[in-house]
Amino acid sequence: MAEAATGPLKKTPLHALHLRLSARMGEFASYDMPIQYPDGVMAEHNWTRSHCGVFDVSHMGPCFLVLNESVAVGGPAHAEVAKIVETLVPSDIAGLPAGKIQLSVLLNEHGGILDDLMIGRPDWPSRQGLLYIVVNAGTKEQDFALIAQAAGKQAELRRADDRALIAVQGPEAEAVLEAIVPGVARLTFMTFTRIDTETFGQLVVARCGYTGEDGFEVLVPPGAANAFAEKLLSDPRAKPIGLGARDSLRLEAGMCLYGHDIDQTKTPIEASLAWMVSKARRERADFPGASRILAQINDGAEIKRVGVKPLGRAPAREGVEIQNATGETIGLVTSGGFGPTMNAPVAQGYVAKAFSKPGTPLKLIVRGKALDAEVAALPFVPNRYKR
Amino acid sequence: MTTWYTSEHEWITVDGAIGTVGITKYAAEKLGDVVFVDLPAIGRHVAKDGDMAVVESVKAASDVYAPASGDVDAVNKTLEAAPDTVNQDPEGEGWFVKLKLSNPDELSSLMDKVAYDKFCEGL
Repeated sequence: MAEAATGPLKKTPLHALHLRLSARMGEFASYDMPIQYPDGVMAEHNWTRSHCGVFDVSHMGPCFLVLNESVAVGGPAHAEVAKIVETLVPSDIAGLPAGKIQLSVLLNEHGGILDDLMIGRPDWPSRQGLLYIVVNAGTKEQDFALIAQAAGKQAELRRADDRALIAVQGPEAEAVLEAIVPGVARLTFMTFTRIDTETFGQLVVARCGYTGEDGFEVLVPPGAANAFAEKLLSDPRAKPIGLGARDSLRLEAGMCLYGHDIDQTKTPIEASLAWMVSKARRERADFPGASRILAQINDGAEIKRVGVKPLGRAPAREGVEIQNATGETIGLVTSGGFGPTMNAPVAQGYVAKAFSKPGTPLKLIVRGKALDAEVAALPFVPNRYKR
Repeated sequence: MTTWYTSEHEWITVDGAIGTVGITKYAAEKLGDVVFVDLPAIGRHVAKDGDMAVVESVKAASDVYAPASGDVDAVNKTLEAAPDTVNQDPEGEGWFVKLKLSNPDELSSLMDKVAYDKFCEGL
């Protein structure tokens, strides 16, 4: 059980709506969030993969890093603001095309992951020198402080977590959202744009998500959040989805949950996220923990994050010991549960390098019993992104 | 046959020396969709209020405790292939375990239906 938060829980702009929809609420990252609605986790999960799920993820940390024009040194604005963020991440932010958003990680001096985050470069020419950044709810205070410190007087970090962040995910997400916000259909996977609407004000719409399905994440002014959510939910193809199903969806999609599958004790190489360390950055070795990370790229990391597939019906959850076929401890499950789309238990964990190939037989120690499992390639459920 | 209830939301229906145990509608509702039930081995002795089984939903595992002491006489094999039976009929077809009771006096400390319903209202 998580420690009780000190003081009253924070509320998103959609809090009252969740109560009206009879959500079962629970604490997450000091927010009072909907864990599930009356249909339940399984039904919500399945609905998202076949229709359109609407998620309140306003507890997360969207922000804008805005170059301070008066201290600009005269080069291209994007290059300057990218340089600030590149002191914290191993990805090529300077080379990010206009309109692209990408997943990266904030690193500490040992190459350990402080958080995973989305970083986007606006496609609107008048707004170069700005980055749209979304960090995780549980680490947003530290992340905002870290980025602001890196920015110094050069740029300003403007928090946008007073706004609502609403995810619209599933095969019918495009149709549902396009009917309310014309123009979103032209976005491709991992691109984003700003859309001015009459009814809801200025929206920032990114075609990405945390489910493995096609979908969008929409930043909505707080005053328009309820009207926007209600308009979405008035579409019979859309249903509200809680954090319970959000977790089972991302688990099947092979995505990491910060604080569980990735944390400060893991490098991106160990986490099987080597793609985040861009070629240009490897050559310059100019990011935190570069020497350790480059050594791991060259020699392979000692441990690897892999999919773990129990072969029976019993789920294996976080903390379960992983053994090899001869009973030696070779790793640990970092998240796990039941995958409704797989109709089977699914998990992620770390294993020693020698045992990281898909198909490698494993034993999972659940309640004192050794259960058969194997290493599985991620994702468990194929992605359906609109590239 | 009488059915008794525990404050941990287990029920036990006693027929002679055998007690059939399951979780209540209240517990099944709170749990959500059951995806797996870990049942004890036949012959295992369980103590009153001790671990007897584990019921897993999508999100979490929950312990199920023995309402009374006894030896496991039978387990509900249907739950292996159809764990959702617990959600369909928690107080009937969704039973977990049959116990050969070793100390029927323990039943006197349990709640009857009226007391259990009142207990749930107060939660």
